[in-house]
Amino acid sequence: MVRAWLQAAPLALVVAAFLVVPIATLAVVSVWDYTEYDLIPDFVLTNYADVFGSWVTYATYASTVRFAALTWLVTLAIGFWIAYFLAFHVRSKTWQMVLFLVCTIPFLTSNVIRSISWIPVLGRNGLVNSALLHLRVIDQPLEFLLFSDFSTVLSYVHLYALFMVVPIFNTMMRIDRALIEAAVDAGASGWQVVRDVVIPLSKPGIAIGSIFVVTLVMGDFSTVRLMSGGQSASVGLMISNQLAYLQYPAAAANAMVLLAVVLAIVAGMMRVVDIRKEL
Amino acid sequence: MSRRYFDLKSRPVDADQKRLGRRTVLKGATALAGVAVGSGAITGFPTIWAQNIKSVTLRQFGTGVSAYNDIAVKAKQDLGFTVELSALDSDAVVQRAVTQPKSYDVVDAEYWMLPKVVPSGNLQPMDTKKIKLFDKIVPIFTKGELGGGKKIATQGTAPIKVSYVTGKDSKTFSKTPTQWFNLVPTIYNADTLGIRPDLVSEPITQWKQLLDPKYKGKASILNISSIGIMDAAMVCESLGEIKYGDKGNMTKAELDKTMKVLTDAKKSGQFRAFWKTFDESINLMASGEVVIQSMWSPAVAAVRAKGIPCTYVPLKEGYRAWAGGLGLSRALSGLALDAAYEYVNWYLAGWAGGFLNRQGYYSAVLDTAKQNMSADEWGFWMEGKAAQGDIKDPFGKVMEKAGSKRDGGSFEERMGAVACWNAVMDENRYMVQKWNEFVAA
Repeated sequence: MVRAWLQAAPLALVVAAFLVVPIATLAVVSVWDYTEYDLIPDFVLTNYADVFGSWVTYATYASTVRFAALTWLVTLAIGFWIAYFLAFHVRSKTWQMVLFLVCTIPFLTSNVIRSISWIPVLGRNGLVNSALLHLRVIDQPLEFLLFSDFSTVLSYVHLYALFMVVPIFNTMMRIDRALIEAAVDAGASGWQVVRDVVIPLSKPGIAIGSIFVVTLVMGDFSTVRLMSGGQSASVGLMISNQLAYLQYPAAAANAMVLLAVVLAIVAGMMRVVDIRKEL
Repeated sequence: MSRRYFDLKSRPVDADQKRLGRRTVLKGATALAGVAVGSGAITGFPTIWAQNIKSVTLRQFGTGVSAYNDIAVKAKQDLGFTVELSALDSDAVVQRAVTQPKSYDVVDAEYWMLPKVVPSGNLQPMDTKKIKLFDKIVPIFTKGELGGGKKIATQGTAPIKVSYVTGKDSKTFSKTPTQWFNLVPTIYNADTLGIRPDLVSEPITQWKQLLDPKYKGKASILNISSIGIMDAAMVCESLGEIKYGDKGNMTKAELDKTMKVLTDAKKSGQFRAFWKTFDESINLMASGEVVIQSMWSPAVAAVRAKGIPCTYVPLKEGYRAWAGGLGLSRALSGLALDAAYEYVNWYLAGWAGGFLNRQGYYSAVLDTAKQNMSADEWGFWMEGKAAQGDIKDPFGKVMEKAGSKRDGGSFEERMGAVACWNAVMDENRYMVQKWNEFVAA
């Protein structure tokens, strides 16, 4: 018994020090008062009232959730088919590993650089526009390519698609190939195999990938600022602005609300797919 | 508790810095000087003085516009003591100046920050009698005029409104000159719109052209509220949409109207992007994403240095001006205080002025800066004359080719056309809130 406690202790300590204490601090500071230059230990709910009382909050959450949903849809579509191709069409284990590593190459550079590198590609005089102009497909540069919702979602997809590929690939590799054979023997078409065998058995991977993508997009503040040209707001950006004005309690209250929203989303996903049971 | 929370660089007592009281130093120095004189070495006193002051380190922090390491290096060479520079963004400068007077000796602040900083009592006004070239400082700061009796705009936080306090220990601004001066100016300038003359076919002469539908999706504005709001005010006034009582101190209703004009423009797709850092403004312009935007003078120079045409257009309604200067911490005393005065005097003595002027800024004492510039440099930067040879920045990089002229012309033409100053308004908190709504809209 004691031994079990001891074995659990290191992890418990790490979690307490790096998760429980910071979040508790956040919760405490979120009810403090503040002036332009001071934090005042207190118990006030004005910070939360400010969060819920302002239309900016709702507009910002709406835009962040929209980005998260769009990114989720696109990364799911891309991630699923890449994983499917790797798991079922590439027969050799060596090639599977090689191609899988190719997928991770973009991750050798930083987030910010991967975002910024889109600017010369998508800009008014960028690669895409000049190519299309030269091919005479268009006669005016396409403006929506950069500093728009399009470029923001594109950048998110680029950044986070791998987080979808990896868990889905992982679960697909565990699917017993005999099940697919059985389905085919029973007369299922290729599409029916995917729909009735592969997708249901990949659900835990899809759920884990979705949790990664959604939480990453919900908490982002740098990509949205860079790719929307500072014209779109996100919850993360709102918090970072408040920190810049040293409104720590307001930022803490906002962070608590964001945490609750993200946890609710994750809880919702866990309801749909019981990850532990099916893993 | 909270004070310490923000205290990034607090230090206990500066035991290692030997901040001797002035009296102790003088006593010791006099005694030693006596010995020195007695022994026939007349130079004794200054040597010992110089030895002591060498142990001083002045900690200076500021907005970074003038935080050039070259200045610290040259000051060390000329004065013997060390000046440590650190740069923060504007908001952080204000917080630190107000909350941590012991964490700095010299602050390089902007004038608009003073209405926040001075009432905290953390700034020590300078005795004008100890500033050797005080009478030579550009009268914008000392008398509120351009020189030769010409007045300068006072909308916004104009320097003269906050230059003086009523006494040595006062926290109240004095409208008339006194012996107690808050900031000795380092750099100042007049900002306007930058354009790409190769991509803008018509002449740009008014602020309202920033919102001209012709430049839909090709305009930009800066996303720093206390500066952006003034640009917005210049635009609204130029459009004839709003008549301000004082642009630099808007009422809530005026703020609402101003932000509505901006928000409508944003929703109709007028802006390509907003910029927050100097580099972003350069990239937007150089890449052609934006052809008209509010800019800072050195950013225009940086775009041109890439071989891309960029003009800093003088506009009918005038410029938005800004100014920064050195102030002393209230905690400064004794030898360190003397060193700080020496540093300020050195700053005005010419080398620093020439260094800053050659980058397109204006410096505090023009006579001494002139002695540190070539006739051609002075003619180009200050008199609006065509450059005889290539104009180089202090680091040797060519900024302007021979034959070119400074946009906007001479010092008198540019500073004479100032319409308002960067400002902190009474309704600042409301303004910040409105600005955030604008970004989220």
